[in-house]
Amino acid sequence: MSEKQTIGCLALQGCVERHRPHIEALGFDFAPVKTAKDFEAVAGFILPGGESTTMLKLIDRFGLWDALAEQFKAKPVWGICAGSILIAEKVFYSSKRVGEEQTKQVQKSFGLIPMTVERNGYGRQVDSHTANVNGYEVSLIRAPIIQDVANDVEVKASHQDDPVWVDYGQYMATTFHPELTFDFPSPMHSAFADKVKAS
Amino acid sequence: MGSNTGSPNVINIKTGLAEMLKGGVIMDVVTAEQAKVAEDAGAVAVMALERVPSDIRKAGGVARMSPPEVIEEVMNTVSIPVMAKCRIGHFAEAQILEQMGVDYIDESEVLTPADEEFHVNKHDFKVPFVCGAKNLGEALRRIGEGAALMRTKGEPGTGNIVEAVRHMRQINNEIRKVVNADEAELMTIARDMAAPYELLKIVRAEGKLPVPNFAAGGIATPADAALCMQLGAETVFVGSGIFKSENPEKYAKAIVKATAHYNDPAIVLEASKELEGVAMRGTEISEIEEPMKMANRGW
Repeated sequence: MSEKQTIGCLALQGCVERHRPHIEALGFDFAPVKTAKDFEAVAGFILPGGESTTMLKLIDRFGLWDALAEQFKAKPVWGICAGSILIAEKVFYSSKRVGEEQTKQVQKSFGLIPMTVERNGYGRQVDSHTANVNGYEVSLIRAPIIQDVANDVEVKASHQDDPVWVDYGQYMATTFHPELTFDFPSPMHSAFADKVKAS
Repeated sequence: MGSNTGSPNVINIKTGLAEMLKGGVIMDVVTAEQAKVAEDAGAVAVMALERVPSDIRKAGGVARMSPPEVIEEVMNTVSIPVMAKCRIGHFAEAQILEQMGVDYIDESEVLTPADEEFHVNKHDFKVPFVCGAKNLGEALRRIGEGAALMRTKGEPGTGNIVEAVRHMRQINNEIRKVVNADEAELMTIARDMAAPYELLKIVRAEGKLPVPNFAAGGIATPADAALCMQLGAETVFVGSGIFKSENPEKYAKAIVKATAHYNDPAIVLEASKELEGVAMRGTEISEIEEPMKMANRGW
């Protein structure tokens, strides 16, 4: 293979550039992507950490929903923190949030992985923390909690009995941020790159 | 099975939230309704205030931390992070904000300083702090005290971008100077800038501040936001610019759009056409009397 493959990171908002050294260390090109035209040129998508509310609004406002949904059918996708919320099948508000009904689905999502996530499951920023997961020091920042996964979803790491890294065919999700605390490339970036190579 | 190994009082966790806010717009709001408008427009966070900076200027007197009930109402209304301001050096106000669980504290020159000599020791807190700076030395002093995010000071409440541009360019210039300096020159630079030596070494090695750097102070239009982002700001704070414009909803959306696509003039043009209404009036900096220049507060 002569041409390098490109891994794209949805760059409407969020923690984008911190992925570049991980991806480049794996021999891929890295591209922040914002438009339907950008999407076509990449072999796999990272949906980065950031604010899921903001990303959803911008995907709708910029008319990108259908283009992304179409792309996600055929290509590997890795959702991180906010990104994992965007690709979960069901999304609920934090049980720590005041004045909200906890049982109703609160926002739409691409539904790529059959799992249920609770937004800001640990609470606000004062409840953010580092954790030791599979021997790695990871950051959970206003992170969601994966409450429930279907039987055919592989749980690759857990924290306090909740999954924090799950794998489902061409799709992957982490609720922590390998881009922030790991040497290049992180094992999670390597695992995602393997999916892109295989697709 | 994983276990917690660290409290939120870890610099990675503090700067980590700033990393998540990159490429976005943080909007000043004074009510829960405004917070909802900001969230719907695509703000990445809101700053809960009693008054926006332009009204603080008009009102005069002492500007303090907002009443807790104003901040709590905003926290209960939106799901995006909520920031709030304490006075420079007023660690008791900061303790109250931490107790309330705000997501970021802005130790801000927009409020009347409580201490003319010392800033808050931000290492003492688990809530991360953002602080303003006019130059590299000031930025590194604040980071030395534990700030996890920097922003330009600009001149808040003016709708005039000139001071934010000055501060952004100043910091960029000084970073270039440090990167190009011989290692033997660093201690002298540290003395001249009154900057912590160890942090200057990091700047020299990495070519950037050790924490994210956002723009604030005087941003009033989509073009202002695009300018700051192209000058190297990683997100923009918009204070009076949105809710002092004629059509806040349209303004908020347009500034978000221009920030997301700051390097595409065709889209920034589109955003500029969507405003429907004029920007806040704006103030020429030379018309402001020296004691009312907020950027000079703190050191």
